[in-house]
Amino acid sequence: MPTTRAIALWIALTIPAVSGLGAAPAAADGGEVNLYSYRQPFLMKPLLDAFSERTGIRVNVVYAKKGLIERLKAEGINSPADAVLAADIGRLDDLVAADLVQPVDSPVLAANIPPRYRHPDGLWFGLTTRARVIYASKDRVRAGEVETYEDLAASRFKGRVCSRSGKHAYNVSLLASLIAANGVRAAEAWARGLKANLARKPQGNDRAQVKAIKEGECDVALGNSYYMGKMATNDKKPEQKEWAAAVVIVFPNRQGRGTHVNISGAAVTRSAKNRDGAVKLIEFLSGDFAQRIYAEQNFEYPVKAGVPLHPLVASWGDFKADTAHLADVAGYRTEASKIMDRVGFDH
Amino acid sequence: MEAILNGGSLGRASRRWSIDGWSVGAAVIAVLVGAPIVTILVLALGADDNVWPHLASTVLPHYVKTTLGLMAGVGAGTLVIGTGTAWLVTMCRFPGRRLFEWALLLPMAVPAYVVAYVYTDLLEYAGPLQGALRAGFGWASKADYWFPSIRTLGGAIGVMTLALYPYVYLLARAAFLEQSVCVLEASRTLGRGPWRGFFTLALPLARPAIVVGLTLVLMETLNDFGTVDYFAVATFTAGIFDVWLNMSNTPGAAQLASVLLLFVVALIALERWSRRGQRYHHTTTKYKAITGHPLDGGKAWLATLACLGPVLFGFAVPAWVLGGYTVDHYAETLEAGVLTHVGNSLALASLAAVLAVMVGTFMAYALRLGGGPLLKAAVRFASLGYAVPGAVLAIGVLIPLAWLDNTVDGVAREVFGVSTGLLLSGSVVAVTFGYLVRFLALSFGSVEASLAKVTAGMDGAARTLGLGPGAVLCRVHLPLIRGSVLGAAILVFVDVMKELPMTVLLRPFDFHTLATFVHQYASDELLAEASPAALAIVVAGILPVIFLSRTIARSRPGGGDGS
Repeated sequence: MPTTRAIALWIALTIPAVSGLGAAPAAADGGEVNLYSYRQPFLMKPLLDAFSERTGIRVNVVYAKKGLIERLKAEGINSPADAVLAADIGRLDDLVAADLVQPVDSPVLAANIPPRYRHPDGLWFGLTTRARVIYASKDRVRAGEVETYEDLAASRFKGRVCSRSGKHAYNVSLLASLIAANGVRAAEAWARGLKANLARKPQGNDRAQVKAIKEGECDVALGNSYYMGKMATNDKKPEQKEWAAAVVIVFPNRQGRGTHVNISGAAVTRSAKNRDGAVKLIEFLSGDFAQRIYAEQNFEYPVKAGVPLHPLVASWGDFKADTAHLADVAGYRTEASKIMDRVGFDH
Repeated sequence: MEAILNGGSLGRASRRWSIDGWSVGAAVIAVLVGAPIVTILVLALGADDNVWPHLASTVLPHYVKTTLGLMAGVGAGTLVIGTGTAWLVTMCRFPGRRLFEWALLLPMAVPAYVVAYVYTDLLEYAGPLQGALRAGFGWASKADYWFPSIRTLGGAIGVMTLALYPYVYLLARAAFLEQSVCVLEASRTLGRGPWRGFFTLALPLARPAIVVGLTLVLMETLNDFGTVDYFAVATFTAGIFDVWLNMSNTPGAAQLASVLLLFVVALIALERWSRRGQRYHHTTTKYKAITGHPLDGGKAWLATLACLGPVLFGFAVPAWVLGGYTVDHYAETLEAGVLTHVGNSLALASLAAVLAVMVGTFMAYALRLGGGPLLKAAVRFASLGYAVPGAVLAIGVLIPLAWLDNTVDGVAREVFGVSTGLLLSGSVVAVTFGYLVRFLALSFGSVEASLAKVTAGMDGAARTLGLGPGAVLCRVHLPLIRGSVLGAAILVFVDVMKELPMTVLLRPFDFHTLATFVHQYASDELLAEASPAALAIVVAGILPVIFLSRTIARSRPGGGDGS
């Protein structure tokens, strides 16, 4: 049978390839750090390469958007992961709740990161912050017409608001901050008002909302600050520059509690085999060099004081960040998620 | 799946061999492969916060309505396209028929999420189609005209129908090829027209096969998260992820997943019950070559158009768009080390295909030899992995593997004073095992259905001549069902090439496949950058798919389909 022979040949060819797959990469001189990352490789790779170059410590990574906490939990004390990188406060909070991380007491981290952006016991450390801002149409929104998150629920914005899914981590986190500031009932009333003002069913990512403003579907939207930078400088997709040019950034609640910020951050796992290496990596990520790359490439706000902003980000002006501690805000996420269901935000 | 649908085996001929290595082996495998599903059920028991009252009073009705709508739409769409085109290419003659025989399978090689990205890119406001319309009609903005949005339930139905109809086509075509033309000719001489012959004879006779295809389609529809998430369609599966990730309630999510599984089991049981007591054996052994009913003029061209549509929209358009972007981006993709990812994908897909077919054949044959209702139930349970969303199933795989690793480690520490660490978790073995759990339904179902067509007399004769059960399998059955076994291997191969959520979560450090590489860009809406690798997935799927089509064409009893 020729088919049998073909299959045998196929197996003979592929088995050597597969058997090489599981082989552990040779360790560099300085040892290695194993990382589970919720953050994307585009941003992290240059930073991790720079770290390896400077310290001789090799960094191995598994990137995934969901499930890494469950993997860490299942692997238990034998987990190879030394550190976790998270893209928002929610995952950092989950790590603490699942008791998967260990306290770190590092003078470098204490000096680099303001207390508000790290766990009181050193269980996690914020590395960058991003503001949840309001994008407002240059043409159709008067200066001063929208100044707070609360404004978005006012009747003058009926049919003028666009939003991504209310269940997206960024919006859940924002609503959690409203619960922390105003209480559950006021937050629910706000979510209901915002829903009533929507111009279309929630959809797309943050950029898609700016695009909808440019195309005239709505006048205001919520979005993370750094998307504005990514769109305004996008040479590969020049149409995104036009979207960005159609809106201005409003930092909400300047007069009151301040604008909601979320963080990306890192934590050392309870099972870390190379705890020192993991701490070194987080210290590196909170240092001047890495903070500048975060600021320049991803348009985020560095947590370390004195690191210059991207000129474009600087041009948006100063803002006041919400003074509530993120660890407290994170505690309201489940309630916020349920509010989104109760008001039927996405449906 | 046929595995679950087709209870019939030839047990009556072989009861006396029931307790033996085959049954024990099948039981052991069923336990291993079923472990992840059991894990999900067990996880569901551990909830300390009851999520149901909240869901039931808020979003659950919406999830259910959307999910049923999606299932009805995709089910109807794939049924009409799959069986319609299968009937046309098998029984009729029209321009391009020979080409469409295999071309209709091509959309199978394109991952559904890639189809979703491509059509969003083409049909959105800034895309070429709306841009051309605006230029052509002088419209200035969105307010001047109406254009349907693709990010809707309708869009999701369209995309998933295009990506999934080949399953129905594949099985319906195989079933039509097996039917005796004599039955249809008899009906024609008795005065029935071709349409009535199709609806009253061919379709009911092919029902078990079509149902298998449709079951696969509906299971894929239920387990999909990528497409519905992208289109903002809140299905039950989207709800599972919401409870898991936004409410940080893993047990609650496991409960939702368990309900989804129960629903699948109920659906399959209902279908079996509705055709209880019916038999679908072919009563004639007269197989003459299908000459094909020549269609004339307008009808012939309508048939050509009907077959062209799915191939055009399900394959040609996405491949063309990806190809266009690839011209601009192939250099940077090569620099990113995509060739290693190609190797990883091909190696894993081949390994998983061989493994799934070996295990599937073993289990199907063990059931044929004997095994009580308990073993049958266990084997069918183990092949339910196909209905579970990939990321959820991956959690189900992680937990027992890590438990095994940690137990071995504990024993080694205790007895030898050395730590073995995690041997399987986070290795290629874990990824491959995940594929086996997810895709066993494909291989086991195909092989079981195929074995059922081999008469028990064959086993008896061979055994009388002194062959053991293993030798009978190798020397009698495997040569007879070779086509189905190869077909099953190819289905698994193509599905593994496209597989994303399990690979992402179970993989070793710094490990990529084509699918994870594509996702890395596409999830950031960078379709252009993702295109070369996405095209590679499609190309890798084309050759096996064409091969599969030829195997099926040759599978007609009595040889050949007249072409």
